[in-house]
Amino acid sequence: METVNEKIIKWNQPDESGYYGEFGGAFIPEMLYRNVEELREHYLGIMSDPAFISEFQHLLRDYAGRPTPLFFAERLSEKYNTQVYLKREDLCHTGAHKINNTIGQILLAIRRGKKRIIAETGAGQHGVATATVCALKGLECIVYMGEKDIERQAPNVARMKMMGATVIPAVSGSKTLKDATNEAIRDWINHPEDTHYIIGSVVGPHPYPDMVARFQSVISEEMKKQLTDQTGKSLPDRVIACVGGGSNAAGAFFHFLDEPEVELIAVEAAGEGINSGKSAATTALGRQGILHGSMSLVMQTEDGQVVEPHSISAGLDYPGIGPMHADLFRRGRAKFMSATDDEALQAGFELAKLEGIIPALETAHALSVLGKIESVPDERTVICLSGRGDKDLATYMKNMELK
Amino acid sequence: MKRIKELFESKKQNILNVYCTAGYPELNSTLGVMKALQDNGVDIIELGMPYSDPLADGPVIQASSLVALENGMTLKELFKQLKGFRENISIPVVLMGYLNTVIQYGFEKFCTDAAATGIDGLILPDLPMREYDSYYGKIIRNNNLDFIFLVTPETSEERVHELDKRSSGFIYAVSSSSTTGSEKNMNEVEDYLKRLEGYKLKNPILVGFGIKDKKSFRSACTHANGAIIGSAYIRALVENKDIAAATRDFLTPVLN
Repeated sequence: METVNEKIIKWNQPDESGYYGEFGGAFIPEMLYRNVEELREHYLGIMSDPAFISEFQHLLRDYAGRPTPLFFAERLSEKYNTQVYLKREDLCHTGAHKINNTIGQILLAIRRGKKRIIAETGAGQHGVATATVCALKGLECIVYMGEKDIERQAPNVARMKMMGATVIPAVSGSKTLKDATNEAIRDWINHPEDTHYIIGSVVGPHPYPDMVARFQSVISEEMKKQLTDQTGKSLPDRVIACVGGGSNAAGAFFHFLDEPEVELIAVEAAGEGINSGKSAATTALGRQGILHGSMSLVMQTEDGQVVEPHSISAGLDYPGIGPMHADLFRRGRAKFMSATDDEALQAGFELAKLEGIIPALETAHALSVLGKIESVPDERTVICLSGRGDKDLATYMKNMELK
Repeated sequence: MKRIKELFESKKQNILNVYCTAGYPELNSTLGVMKALQDNGVDIIELGMPYSDPLADGPVIQASSLVALENGMTLKELFKQLKGFRENISIPVVLMGYLNTVIQYGFEKFCTDAAATGIDGLILPDLPMREYDSYYGKIIRNNNLDFIFLVTPETSEERVHELDKRSSGFIYAVSSSSTTGSEKNMNEVEDYLKRLEGYKLKNPILVGFGIKDKKSFRSACTHANGAIIGSAYIRALVENKDIAAATRDFLTPVLN
């Protein structure tokens, strides 16, 4: 059993150099070396310090509102002839799971003596979650956001500004999430001493993918306890989560990765269709390559230029995927599916009608695969309801006739 | 591998390395730009391979990369253009770019093709020492290409020595922790360059980032073997479409 155990441990933990199988590492210029190396040396020590754990848990409970409920969705279960549980990350403070990570990282940044926080954001959820914890702790906050996304996500821009953050438009390249990430990295290069970069997903150079996955792992930790309380068994048959960079999926899968009987399904954004040229389904369209400091699967041209993805949901509109997910895909531990813009919208409307919950468009992608998997009445499926749909109302309204 | 070594043997001071982006300003202007640089007294050419997401570069070089990509520049095209370039260019040429495009081309094939066309060395800022040691370094060395590591004011003395040990050709000293094209007071970094000078490295040191004119060039040369100009030259090409004239007008005041 020794070898089996060794293999199992590797599913959710990278090796010393930050590799999950062939994916990960830290492909960074020398200008970032000291910052990233110091983080690598200290993150595990800080995260296992009892005082840190106690403060992290206090803020998760009393500020973010954890544990989030695990809700048995009766009407949805009836429709799909199976048992569907929703992990209500949408009920977290700021409306999505993103706050789990930003609370963890702000505490870590403070312990490292950093005074200035930078972040990238696509839809604005991670930017809001970062601005929130910076306001809470009184740290300077600079959020990079693609110029196009600033136009598309005005309410979140207003939220960030209201909490004192400076929102800087990324005007390079395609002016979306990938470029906002580039600009945040360039800012970090120019401020090597006082700045901590709060990356919002399980991407970036090692140790970010591992650190963010650990902060988000509270999702599956709670699921296990709640499943035991509600059903008498800690393991579900299946966990479904949407994947852009993959932070909510990493958190929802984390404590089930070494439980081979639990099926894990990651749902990517197919946009207007995988082969439409307007898609963000990285595992279907990407090849092995380097993006934002790690080796992973990347949507790119034959010549290695990163291509602009498309998804109706800004949070999934990313041409890469976290290295842990690339490994889960390559080695077959997780099943990767995709949902088109239209399928996601339909699933969003359906959840609103059946359960009275309006999901974020990102989350709606995960919901949409319920109709595509074989349903068995007594099987238990947990869907990570990663965020609420308030920010997407304009898009939902525009597409009302679709339902 | 010989050209850079020979250059530093014959000239120890005031080495001028100028960066240009392949395929910029026009797809087929690469060789013309290189020739103009050689004709106007440049010692080393750093030829940039354009990439969609150049993390270590500031806005000027980013913009030139995007134009080059829109012009249709690819690594295949670049090697096609470079075929036979040694008939006209005798000064050392190093390729600078990001690892992803090189990996997609095929790392080994890239090194073989670069060496075969007469390229002398490589600068790949996002290929760190750890990865260099575990896989890539051996392929680079087997193809007799120089590999130039970057050092910054934040790089520890111990690590500078480790990077020096693995580098050949020269060491690229980033004058501050910054992306290319940043404004920096050269006095601020004088202590850093003095410190590097004191390490007695085996490789010559060229200072990059923030060098834009005679004053900053001379200042950088006080404690190093020379310096690298990037963004400032690209800006000169933006302002004057006549490549030969733009290059002459830009370099004459720097060197005289």
